Parts: sequence; C-alpha cells; structure tokens
Amino acid sequence: MARFTPHTEADIREMLDAIGLDSVDDLFSDVPTKLKEDLDLPPALSEYEALRDVETLARKNTSGLPMFLGAGAYDRIVPAAVGAMLSRGEYLTAYTPYQPEISQGGLQVIFEFQSMISELTGLEVANASVYDGANAVVEAALMTARLTKRDPKVAVSDNLNPRYRQVMEAYGVEISELPGDGGTTDFSAVPEDVSGVFVQSPGYFGTVEDIEAAAEAAHGAGALCVAVCDPVSLAVLEAPGELGADIAVGEAQPLGMNLSFGGPYAGYMATREKFVRQLPGRIAGETVDADGKLAYVLTLRGREQDIRRARANSNICTNQALTALAATVYTALMGPEGLREVAQLSASKAHYLAKKLADAGLELRYPDAPYLWEFVVEVGEVSGVNEALLKAGVVGGYDLGDGGMLVAVTEKRTKDEMDAFVEVVANSREVSNA
Amino acid sequence: MLSESTTTLGALIRDRGREGRRGFALPKNDVADVDLSSVIPEKHLRGKKPGLPEVDEPTVIRHYTNLSRKNQAIDTTFYPLGSCTMKHNPRANEVAAATPGFAGLHPLQPESQVQGALQVMHELQGFLAEVSGLPAVSLQPLAGAQGELTSILMVKRYFEDAGDDERTTVIVPETAHGTNPATATMAGFKSREVGVDEHGGVDVDELREAVDGTTAALMITNPNTCGVYERNIAEIAAILHEAGAFLYMDGANMNANLGRLRPADAGVDIMHYNLHKTFSTPHGGGGPGCGAIASIEKLSGFRPDPVVERNGEGFRFARPEKSIGRVAGFHGNFGPVLRAWNYIRMHGLDLRDVTDMAVLNANYIRAKLGDAYRVPYNELCKHEVVIQPPEGKRALDIAKGLIDFGYHPPTIYFPLVVKEAMLIEPTETESKETLDDFIEAMLQLAEASEEDLQAAPVKAPTRRLDETRAARNLKARW
Repeated sequence: MARFTPHTEADIREMLDAIGLDSVDDLFSDVPTKLKEDLDLPPALSEYEALRDVETLARKNTSGLPMFLGAGAYDRIVPAAVGAMLSRGEYLTAYTPYQPEISQGGLQVIFEFQSMISELTGLEVANASVYDGANAVVEAALMTARLTKRDPKVAVSDNLNPRYRQVMEAYGVEISELPGDGGTTDFSAVPEDVSGVFVQSPGYFGTVEDIEAAAEAAHGAGALCVAVCDPVSLAVLEAPGELGADIAVGEAQPLGMNLSFGGPYAGYMATREKFVRQLPGRIAGETVDADGKLAYVLTLRGREQDIRRARANSNICTNQALTALAATVYTALMGPEGLREVAQLSASKAHYLAKKLADAGLELRYPDAPYLWEFVVEVGEVSGVNEALLKAGVVGGYDLGDGGMLVAVTEKRTKDEMDAFVEVVANSREVSNA
Repeated sequence: MLSESTTTLGALIRDRGREGRRGFALPKNDVADVDLSSVIPEKHLRGKKPGLPEVDEPTVIRHYTNLSRKNQAIDTTFYPLGSCTMKHNPRANEVAAATPGFAGLHPLQPESQVQGALQVMHELQGFLAEVSGLPAVSLQPLAGAQGELTSILMVKRYFEDAGDDERTTVIVPETAHGTNPATATMAGFKSREVGVDEHGGVDVDELREAVDGTTAALMITNPNTCGVYERNIAEIAAILHEAGAFLYMDGANMNANLGRLRPADAGVDIMHYNLHKTFSTPHGGGGPGCGAIASIEKLSGFRPDPVVERNGEGFRFARPEKSIGRVAGFHGNFGPVLRAWNYIRMHGLDLRDVTDMAVLNANYIRAKLGDAYRVPYNELCKHEVVIQPPEGKRALDIAKGLIDFGYHPPTIYFPLVVKEAMLIEPTETESKETLDDFIEAMLQLAEASEEDLQAAPVKAPTRRLDETRAARNLKARW
C-alpha cells in the first residue's frame, strides 16, 4: 500500500485523533450495508510482476506485421514527437480546463485543434472533440434534428460506416436508406421528412462521393448536409464547407493516434458559425484577462450539461483532450504539405496494389468509382485468404462477409509487402478454385 | 524596466513557422506516383491549401512543451477537485498502454490474433463485477456520461421488451451531477427532480410521493455529491423495486466504496464506473476516459454489443441477446481499459486501503476547516467534503486565492443545493503534510482581505479572464 498512498501508522493515528475517531473502521460507521466478506481479487502485484504479465499477454496478440486493415481505423505513421508530448504529465494528469488561469496550455491546444479542424473542413467553427468518430456522427444527427426542428431521421447509404449507423440506431436516430450505385450514393431521391443527409467521403468502401450533390439534395428537402470525412483525405479532397456541407464530422484517429485496439480515438465536429449554439461538447474561445492579456477559456457553456442540466443539447461532458493533443501535434508536424504527402503516398500505393491485384486476375468491386487508399476486392472466401496471409506474416483486409475484402493501404506499406500480399491472395484463390 | 519580450514569434503554432518549413520526413515512395487528377474527378479535388502550421520539429516540441508549463496537473500540484478523484497516476499503467503488442492492435483483427487483449477485457469485466457485486459488465462506454446514457438506454429497452410503455420518467435528486438529468432527457425520458434531506441525502418522503407506475429509474450517486453516504439507501431501493423501477447509481464516487461496500448489496441494479477516476487512468486534460457499466443479471442481455466471453481455453466477442446496439465505433477505449486492469492488479485487496485513506483524508480536512469555514453537513463524510466560505466571502474568490498558493482549486458552485459550495476531494494519494499545507492556505484565505481575494490570482500565467467577452464575441479559431 505504501507505493501510492503515503500514510504511515503514525499519520493515521494523528489524523484519526484530529477527527475524533478511534479506528479507520469508524470512518464507515454510517454505512448500513457492510461487505459480507473480502472481495475476491488476486493478490497485489509489484510493478515488475504486473508489467511482466502485460508483456506475456501482449505476446498473445499478433502485432507488428504489415497490415491492410482499415474500415475506420488506419495504420499510419505516428511521429516520435507526438508520444513525447502526450507523455508530459502537465497534459496527461490535468483535468478539464475549468480553471482557465492555470490551464492555459490545455486551452490553447484545444483552440489550435479547433483551428486546424476548421481549416481542413472549410467550416467556421469546430468543437474540442467528442469521444470518437461514431459519436461525432450521432451527435451530428441529433444536431440536425434540433436545427431543423424535425425528428432525428437521417438519410444514409451503405457507404456510411455500418458501425456509425449502429450507434445512431442505439441513440434512437431513425435511418432512411439511400440507394447506392457502383460504390457511390444516389442522392436524387432524398425523403422530404429527414433532418439530415449523410455523405461519407471517402466512403466505407473507399470511394470518393459527391458532397455537393448530397448538400443540394439535403437543402432541397429542407434538411442539413453532414459530411463524414477522413481528415487526412482533406489535404487533397475539397473541403466539405466549400461544397455546401453544413456540418463535417469524422474520426481523427489517422492524425497521430495509435490503433490501440479501437481507442482512445477522437471524433471531430465542425459547423457554420450560425449553428454554433447547437454544437455539442466543449469549445475553447479567445478572450483577455484582467490585464488585457490574450487568453483562452471554455465558452458558450450555457449549451452544456453542467449548466443547463435537463435542457442541455447533449449529455456529453468530456472531450478527448489527450488524443486531440496528438492530432494537434501531428498536424503541426505535418503541415499542409506533409499531410498532402501522406495522402498522396497512400493513394499511389493503393492504386499500385489495386492494379497488381487486377493484373493477377482479381476483380475490384467498384472498378469505375474514384478512390484514394481503400477499395474492395472480390476474393471469395476472405477468412481463408486472411489465414494464408497471416502465415506469410501479413494482416489481411477486412472481411465484408460477402466475398469482398476491404483493403486499406497507408504510407507505411512498401512495394515488397504489397507484392507479397498479391502473391498470397492470388495463390490462395487458385487453391480454393482448384 | 527592461522590455518584456523581444520575440518575433507569435503565440500560436501557426505564427511560428514559415512557408515551406516541414516538421516530419516520410518514407520515399517506392512505387509510381499517381496523379490524383487522373483518378479523381477535378471537382472533388481541393482547391485551396488548408492554413495549417508550417514548422520544424524543434519548434513544435518547444511550443507544446512551453504550453504544457502553463498547465497545472496532478504531477505538479495538489488537485482536490471534488467529484473528479484526481489521484496520482501510476506510471506503470502508461508503460502497459504503450506496449507495442497492445498499442499497435487494430480493432478489427480476427479474434485469434487478439487473445491477449480479449483476456485483459475479460479479466477487467470480472474485476468490475466483483467490486460492484453486479455481474454483467460492459467496457464499451467511452466516458462517464456515456456510461449513464448506456445504462438508461438499457433500462428503457428492458421496459420496451417487457411491453411496459408506461415508464416515461427518470427521477434525479437535486444534488445530482448535471449529466444525470441531461442523460435522462437524451434517452427520451422526462427528468423529475426530488429534494434532499438535512443530511444531503435523497428526501425519502418526497421520493415516495414521486415514484409510481411511470417511474423507470432513480439516478442516485452514493456517497452523494455532498460527500455523505445515503443512509436510507436500502429504503430508497425498496421504494423503487416495489414500483417495478430500477435503481441506477452514478459511480463517480466509487473511490469511497472499494472493498467497503458493494453497490449491489445496497440494492443498486445498474451503475457506471469512471475508470479515469476510481482506477486512475489519467484524465488527460479532459478525456479520454472509460465509463464501463455493471448491472444485475436481469439487464445483462441489453448490454452494448460486443462483450467478451470465455471460449474454451480462449476468449471471443459475443453479442448480448437483446443488445441496445453500439455506443462506440469499436470496443471502447482500450487504452484506459488496459490501464485500469493493470491498476487493479497492482492493488488487489489493497483497493480497500485506497478507499480508507481517501475517506480519512477528507474527514481530516473537514475536521481541520470546520471552525474557519461552514460545513453544511458536518458529520462523517466519505471521500469528499462540501464546505462554504466564511459569511460574506465568495467561493470563487477563495478558489482564485488558492491558485496563488499553488493549488488547483476544488470544485465550486456544485452541488447546487449548497450556496457558494466548495467540494473538496483530497484522494488517498496525498500525504498528511500536503493536507496540512493546504489547510493552512485555506485558513489564511478565510482571513484574507476582500481586496486581495478579488485581485487573485496574481501568480498564475494569466489573471482572471473576461468570460462574458469570450461568449459574446466568439472567436474559436485563428
């Protein structure tokens, strides 16, 4: 117990005397329901023993192999400087910056994060982040309902990540299906009663969608347009704000976050200034202090649960400050050119791989749809192919469950890794077709 | 007086660069460059370069390092923030989370490739079930507020499944965290408030009046936000259960319960944990956290999809039969899950000492400040204590004065039932000496002049801020 709690027997005695109690047990005399017996927990371990077990369990995982899995989380390079900043205790062990005079560091990071998201999305105002991309999507859906004063009902196609859709369903958002056509969505028939029209670009299947068409369709139905975008893609694809989207959201994981088995990531949200009062979550704004010095503070707090309680526009309390810091440091290191190069490298490699697969006789599911770095290839029995890939030391793509493999390529992948991937996929198909 | 600054650098990272500077080198392309305009229609390609920083790595490191020095944190100072459990974060947890075999795992890798991660999740599910006495655990909710929402959605789905469409109301004590009523509303319930008695506990008579066939649940915090144990908890649970409703517990204050009380023994049906509070996965400046939930067996089939279960020698994901669906894109915040698992393994049965020392520290502060400050519920408190400044002084001014003493202020103006409330939570990881120094500072502030208090802080990176201006002239970006 002495490691993290400093109390000696003498401390405890003196403190109990000051309180006027005889024993530590007396501190709980007001608790009517006592534990019947001790908890059934394993004995306490030293740091060394605990971390030795961590290593043992880590070895039961398959990691460190070239990876072609994406589907919403991407194996991108994380610069060393990102980890260095995240490990600073001043960021790591602070709380929400409710006391701005002693939280200017965290507040300015949020302000810079918001600014970067605004720049990338072409929208005027961003929040400090929400839990993850899926939650940014559901919060955007609820936001469209508040802004249009309609019930939360959104038009989506199967090119929206199905996990995002599942979160919307859990939150009671009604889903209206838009037809797909060769990997892209047909926005020509948006129902008149939806509050929002969602367009994911690049979509779940990797294809680049027409945000402008989605925005026109949404506005024609009196609804709002929500664009769901990979932030790295925005280095090369037109900003959703320029194309008429009212809200842009997405998963910020590709900006310097470890895969970490699915979290922590961070969802970003940006919108037009006129909608800011319906934007959920924290927002850092600029102001001055009593000496007129520039400073930052959490603002528009009247939207939030701790002030408005039952009438808040979301129950969201926290953001993802530490992972948003990762995104901020990453984006600062990359800059517009670095980010463009990440996108360009990934796209070049993905197109190389797709061509090699086609040359080996495999079919792409959406050969005519534009894509950046993710695509669907028809392989038949995906799990068998992935097992063959694993034997060759490669983590294959995502099994869509219908014979399609969703393949993602990042700047990390090398020509040799991709060539090996093609060889295994082509061979294992021949075996299964034989 | 020498000039304060000769810098040509701006305050923001974007102002510290120059067009053409780069902060990171990427691997060279080993395949042919694709001309994007040949594979993507021109109208989809970006016209204007985004206005992002163009800086080198040394500038980035210096900028964010210097910003970090304007932040107070547990690592730099005592941080007695009520309701937040700002305890020391053991660094072994950070080593665990950074282990490449975990940090590099993709959430969609097949189960056979992630057995170590699944084992961690399964064991933590077991630990959280043991500590709460509630057997059905989900690690998916990404924060405390989402744990609340998940719980209330499960309750909602339970009644829908039972064909009971009368349950329209969730009852919330006026001492509740703001997230509770916001959660009830978000889940589609009417939120109804009940008052508190002279101990800061739920007013049982008022509760009895409020509960009927339309009640879905009561959202209670125990110990409550006044720092006091709900002495009528058994009766409260009985009132709800007789009406066919559920008792939900906000687990923000679990640091007062470890090894001393299982919520299940007090009649709780479903609760959320804050792993970032109770089990010390760092707060990170406001996220990421984890709002894992635990419930009685009757609600287990409604948990989010997926949960981890045993599969012979190994582990697999399973979808609970009547799952409410997903609340996260993947399996939850695995980083905090791994840290909490490691924290619990390093403590084992010593978790009870955590609670004992947290409660000892809070009561010591209560005893020592009881003369200079008003203590509205001056009885045995649990891991936090609510106090009020001496007559005529404001909580806000005392808080800002504490900053000049080098402390992070306690939570102020919460709970709402106490005027000028200051909610102090010392946690178990602070020594008697630290508490004595803090108490001394508080005693000096109780005597400080109006003028000095209103001027505070004068030693922080900034003076008091004009918060009204920030909201009136919103500037949320460069």
